[in-house]
Amino acid sequence: MSILLSRDFAFIVQGITGREAVNLTRECLDYGSRVVGGVTPGRKGREVHGVPVSDTVEQAIANHGAPVDGSVVTVPPAFTKDAVLEAIENGIELIVIVTERIPRGDVAEMVELAGMRGARIIGPNCLGLIVPGVCKMGGIGGPAKDAAKAYAPGAVGVMSRSGGMTTEISSSLTAAGLGVSTAISIGGDAIIGSTYAELMPLFEADEATEAIVIYTEPGGRMEAQLAEWVSENQSRLPIVAFMAGKFMDDAEMKGMSFGHAGTIVEGKEDTAAEKIARLEGAGIRVVERIDEIPDAVKERLGAKV
Amino acid sequence: MRFYEYESRRIVERAGIPVTEYGFCTTAGDARAAAERIGGPVVVKSQVLTGGRMKAGGVKFADTPEEAEAHAAEILELEINGQMPRGVLVDPKADVEQEYYAGVVWDGTAKRPLMLFSDMGGIDIEEVAEKHPDQVGRGHVSNLLPISDFEAKQAIAATGVTGSELNRATPILARLARLFRETDMTLAEINPLARLADGSFVALDAHMEMENEAKPRHKALLESELEIAPDDTREPYEPSEFERDVKAIDSADHRGVIQGRDHGFHGNLGLVIGAGGGSLTLTDAVRSQGGRPANYTEIGGNPSVWKTAGLAKQVLRKDGVEKIAVMMSIVSNTRVDIVARGVIKACLELDRDPAETIAIFRIPGAWEEEGYRILDRYGVEYCDRSVSMWEAARRAVEKIQRVA
Repeated sequence: MSILLSRDFAFIVQGITGREAVNLTRECLDYGSRVVGGVTPGRKGREVHGVPVSDTVEQAIANHGAPVDGSVVTVPPAFTKDAVLEAIENGIELIVIVTERIPRGDVAEMVELAGMRGARIIGPNCLGLIVPGVCKMGGIGGPAKDAAKAYAPGAVGVMSRSGGMTTEISSSLTAAGLGVSTAISIGGDAIIGSTYAELMPLFEADEATEAIVIYTEPGGRMEAQLAEWVSENQSRLPIVAFMAGKFMDDAEMKGMSFGHAGTIVEGKEDTAAEKIARLEGAGIRVVERIDEIPDAVKERLGAKV
Repeated sequence: MRFYEYESRRIVERAGIPVTEYGFCTTAGDARAAAERIGGPVVVKSQVLTGGRMKAGGVKFADTPEEAEAHAAEILELEINGQMPRGVLVDPKADVEQEYYAGVVWDGTAKRPLMLFSDMGGIDIEEVAEKHPDQVGRGHVSNLLPISDFEAKQAIAATGVTGSELNRATPILARLARLFRETDMTLAEINPLARLADGSFVALDAHMEMENEAKPRHKALLESELEIAPDDTREPYEPSEFERDVKAIDSADHRGVIQGRDHGFHGNLGLVIGAGGGSLTLTDAVRSQGGRPANYTEIGGNPSVWKTAGLAKQVLRKDGVEKIAVMMSIVSNTRVDIVARGVIKACLELDRDPAETIAIFRIPGAWEEEGYRILDRYGVEYCDRSVSMWEAARRAVEKIQRVA
């Protein structure tokens, strides 16, 4: 099993005629995902790798003739909010926002509306999610053959603030024979649609998932929120965390952001050291080295049995 | 982007929040004229983008215009935390009965703006929140619904403030929350918000920060009203030559993205590393194993050979750089062969032997076979995904330590 996606999951791509979106559509189709339509205003009637292009989400759904479960949004930052609101108001329940550099206020607006309508947002500034061998929604893992190489079906749920590191970590889990149940690139911005703690209940309910690996960075309170969630809920899932960007704790790096917009250290709780302490306080194993992840997962799984 | 106090005051003023009759001056003569216009005792405040002005001697009181002029002359020459002031602000010395704090920040967990109010103003709000948690009122506002005055009233009333103070402070906090949302601020703070002897409230100091990503849609405010030049980016430090050069290379070619930083890095191992999370992980891996990075970089989105070579050359030209490590997490968009060709080209153009200069090449992923063939030809040590990022960093550190 898996979370969020399934073999029948049908999605559209908003902004489908853009260069990156064309590649992403090819990759998803090759992987076996059901990309049932695309939207670019003014481009109705075209096709992208055989996928019909519509002017509006409403048309794309009508054209498909059946419910559409999700949308990958990859349009310029100034138009993203409108595109996402269009998806939500047309009843789409899972929206992956690839676009980066969207102002926080826009993201917060989209997330608030999604909450009111029962929709879920992944991202922004993310590569989407993948259920190995079943469905890939977004650019995660790259071309289908590369994605297949890095992501084997397995027992570990992966959540990461970095898209590239989602694949790097999953590849090491695959090489170690553990495999991946569902991997989610949650996005690198300060405000995102779905945080670790908000996704945990889904993994908790997923029979295929036996352990969780998270990739984290300085900035924000997302890790503190996860630590609180773990302490308050009797989670059956052992969690292994890796924290990158420890060098940002240096006084000379104060006020700077590296890698992702969300990595700026604004308060005391934002530093790598503080986050590691919080995660460990909640019983989460934080590994020092990236290559320790697979063994730490095995150890935790062994300890549980 | 952080605003100077005189700009922040203008921002709150245009939102309908009362401020004193202040004057922004860039010369001592202007300061004298401002003090004359105001009449009576004034405060002369340094306009710098840093805290601790008072302690550094950047805030002084004057009873006469002559005194104001003398203080201004001094303050205009005074460097505070490495910054020269943009000017001085001359403000009437207010007859303050009580100081309050009013602020709005992002709550990333709730994903909503959070209003904060305290009747203990004038000091750091974090300190108040820690020592006197009951004296800080809080309230989230919606991102979608109109912000009503009662929401501000609730946050203020939670601190015990009542009577006409409550009724006068309410619209101020509500307006602050609205301006926070409308102008994409990440911080909007009035501290102190003062109640004067006549019962009225004025913003005596304000601190505003706008999200960089939102600047393009506030051009009218930034450029026309506040007259901020588009290239006035207000980074926390001045960009170095390396940083400027890398930026120039990046803008000269639209394919892919390269970024370089060396602020705070003083080592001998040049890093040509990529992707957001990959770069963070690799920089830590080098440092944790005793390596001394000379810089930080990010490569993404499949840059051209020319662009990659340009970045590698800038890294190699830095003082003290002996070798470079070329490393990334598994790539799917960026092509391994293009990066390989770029870094080899950089070495050759600088008359350096690629096999000697490139300590390690660890980029697995798209077009890796082609990339590894090129590296083989030049005798460069490389590794694929079976070698972890940690291990690749270890090999690079070991090589450079052998040199030293």
